[in-house]
Amino acid sequence: MAVVGAGPAGLFTADELVRQDRLPVTVDLLERLPVPFGLVRYGVAPDHPKIKAVTRSLQKIVEHPRVRFLGGVGFGAELDREDLLRHYDAVVYAAGAPADRGLGIPGESSPGCHPATAFVSWYSGHPDAGPPFALDARHAVVVGAGNVALDVARVLAKPARALERTDMPQPVLDALAVSKVTDITVLVRRGPEHTRFTTKELRELDELDGVAIRVPPGEAEPGGGPLDRTAENNLALFRSWTGEPAAGTERTITFRFWRRPVEVRGTPSVRELIVERTRLDASGALTGTGEREVLPAGLVLRSVGYRGLPLPGVPFDHERGVIRNAGGRVVDEAGEPCPREYVAGWLKRGPSGVIGTNRMDAAETVALMVEDLIGDRNGSGGPPIDALLRERGISPVTLDGWRRIDAAEIELGRRAGRERTKITDWAELRRLGGVPG
Amino acid sequence: MTFLIGPECVDVMDRSCVRVCPVDCIYEGARKLYINPEECIDCAACEAECPVQAIYFDEDVPEELSWAVADNAAFFTEVLPGRAAPLGSPGGAREVGPVGADTPRVAGLPRAADG
Ligand SMILES: Cc1cc2nc3c(=O)[nH]c(=O)nc-3n(C[C@H](O)[C@H](O)[C@H](O)COP(=O)(O)OP(=O)(O)OC[C@H]3O[C@@H](n4cnc5c(N)ncnc54)[C@H](O)[C@@H]3O)c2cc1C
Ligand SMILES: NC(=O)c1ccc[n+]([C@@H]2O[C@H](COP(=O)([O-])OP(=O)(O)OC[C@H]3O[C@@H](n4cnc5c(N)ncnc54)[C@H](OP(=O)(O)O)[C@@H]3O)[C@@H](O)[C@H]2O)c1
Ligand code: SF4
Ligand code: SF4
Repeated sequence: MAVVGAGPAGLFTADELVRQDRLPVTVDLLERLPVPFGLVRYGVAPDHPKIKAVTRSLQKIVEHPRVRFLGGVGFGAELDREDLLRHYDAVVYAAGAPADRGLGIPGESSPGCHPATAFVSWYSGHPDAGPPFALDARHAVVVGAGNVALDVARVLAKPARALERTDMPQPVLDALAVSKVTDITVLVRRGPEHTRFTTKELRELDELDGVAIRVPPGEAEPGGGPLDRTAENNLALFRSWTGEPAAGTERTITFRFWRRPVEVRGTPSVRELIVERTRLDASGALTGTGEREVLPAGLVLRSVGYRGLPLPGVPFDHERGVIRNAGGRVVDEAGEPCPREYVAGWLKRGPSGVIGTNRMDAAETVALMVEDLIGDRNGSGGPPIDALLRERGISPVTLDGWRRIDAAEIELGRRAGRERTKITDWAELRRLGGVPG
Repeated sequence: MTFLIGPECVDVMDRSCVRVCPVDCIYEGARKLYINPEECIDCAACEAECPVQAIYFDEDVPEELSWAVADNAAFFTEVLPGRAAPLGSPGGAREVGPVGADTPRVAGLPRAADG
């Protein structure tokens, strides 16, 4: 079996495949990066080491004797759909949702207005991260009410000393240490009860050293309707933050509700964000009231969700940003299954759900695979991919290569008194991974 | 800090939480499931899946259920009936399988049918 992408979805798929005993399998994990773990490595906030510890479980999957890690092998680059279908009995696409969603408002592409994706990739040390962020504005606005918005706001707000021990690359720590950002606004287009923040993540803000959390009076008001436990808990927190911030804090995070962005203004770079007040209409849909407000903003980060990218040759639902599928079986435009092709994770469901959600999701896909493949003896065992890779001059980063990268990062961190410091340079990662040239 | 399972799970045990735990640290007793506080990474995946909202973050446990925090831990640190040693941190519920026993407090809870 080939699994495309070694993030949580790909790894849980591999795990389910080698755990079931109805079909004898070996799994190749084809990952475009030289390293495994996907967004656990390049998304999960660096100041959340406890959640990052999930890599211990994920590493066990990478090390399974019937699983093979092949890093630096990208679908659509090193290998394509035909190659995989020729060399494997089945393929599972688990390449995640790496693109960002836009706001669709004027001025969005001005300098100083970025997707949260870019900021997260930068502070996580992703080898494809764009230019470094210069944090020289006082006011930052984060648009969105999901956990990613919270991660971004927290990283902006935390004093550099509180991030010093994380695995962030040194240049990132240096940039954060001289950050001039003091006022961070989290802009929520609906009410406090509609936020998608996990209560535990929200509560963590209360514990930030030197950071005041604030909600303007009268704004943490729900729009009506029944509340579930999370909504109630979040609402209670927002109410507890209502009022003026305590004096003497270094930075403030302000939550604004019932406001949506309508225009980004400023040349040559962002100076303000125009927002419009919103409410729910009789049908429960969000509408603007026409009433506008200007928020000062030298940095705008939009955290309004991720989006999957099409894989060449594989049926794609452009509206939802996922591979067309039925429960994990890839299907064509007409809804007919494409034999031997499957999908798991964010590329299957869209960009929501936590790490563990992908375990259940992978189990669903693997159950269908086993059901489909158990009677099908035609395709068993195409020629191994190794000869083809050699022919194309591709030498993958193997488990040993990944172990060397891992050890080098731990060593780099140790010298600075940290558990790990990420290596961000493609060439260096490949060299450590044992890729010649 | 950890997540834990309250008595709402007793005799429900539909295992929805188990399917989403990325580190497989939710273990099955005879009448209820238990989260291993040493192995849990606080990811909150299980909390959203439970149909009876039995899963709590320890800091949010309501007063009347505060006993469940220590009771969850006890499932791993105390010797359960019929066993020779405490369960400890076995590093994966799938390998262990159903444990077939409960903490004394849970074992003694009335069955739903008994009122
Ligand atoms: C910023 C952020 C923070 C998060 N924090 C948390 C958290 O604290 N706790 C939590 O539980 N969840 C968190 N999540 C959610 C969690 O990361 C996701 O649920 C999970 O990573 C999705 O898994 P996936 O495998 O589908 O995608 P990904 O993790 O994105 O993995 C996809 C993998 O496929 C690879 N790939 C992409 N294209 C190709 C290609 N063409 N060929 C080969 N390989 C390819 C990628 O390099 C990547 O390794 C966070 C998400 C984000 C965005
Ligand atoms: N610590 C953690 O556990 C953790 C950390 C990070 C991420 N994650 C998970 O990863 C997944 C992705 O997180 P996410 O934050 O990217 O997504 P998300 O939870 O789906 O949140 C996206 C947010 O953007 C808002 N939004 C969308 N379009 C908008 C627009 N045009 N203008 C203003 N707001 C807009 C949405 O508001 P509406 O509700 O109004 O649509 C929503 O609040 C989630 O499942 C999350 O829980 C978990
Ligand atoms: S919080 Fe996460 S790690 Fe802890 S028990 Fe729940 S799913 Fe498992
Ligand atoms: S989901 Fe809830 S009821 Fe079901 S087993 Fe888990 S804790 Fe018990």
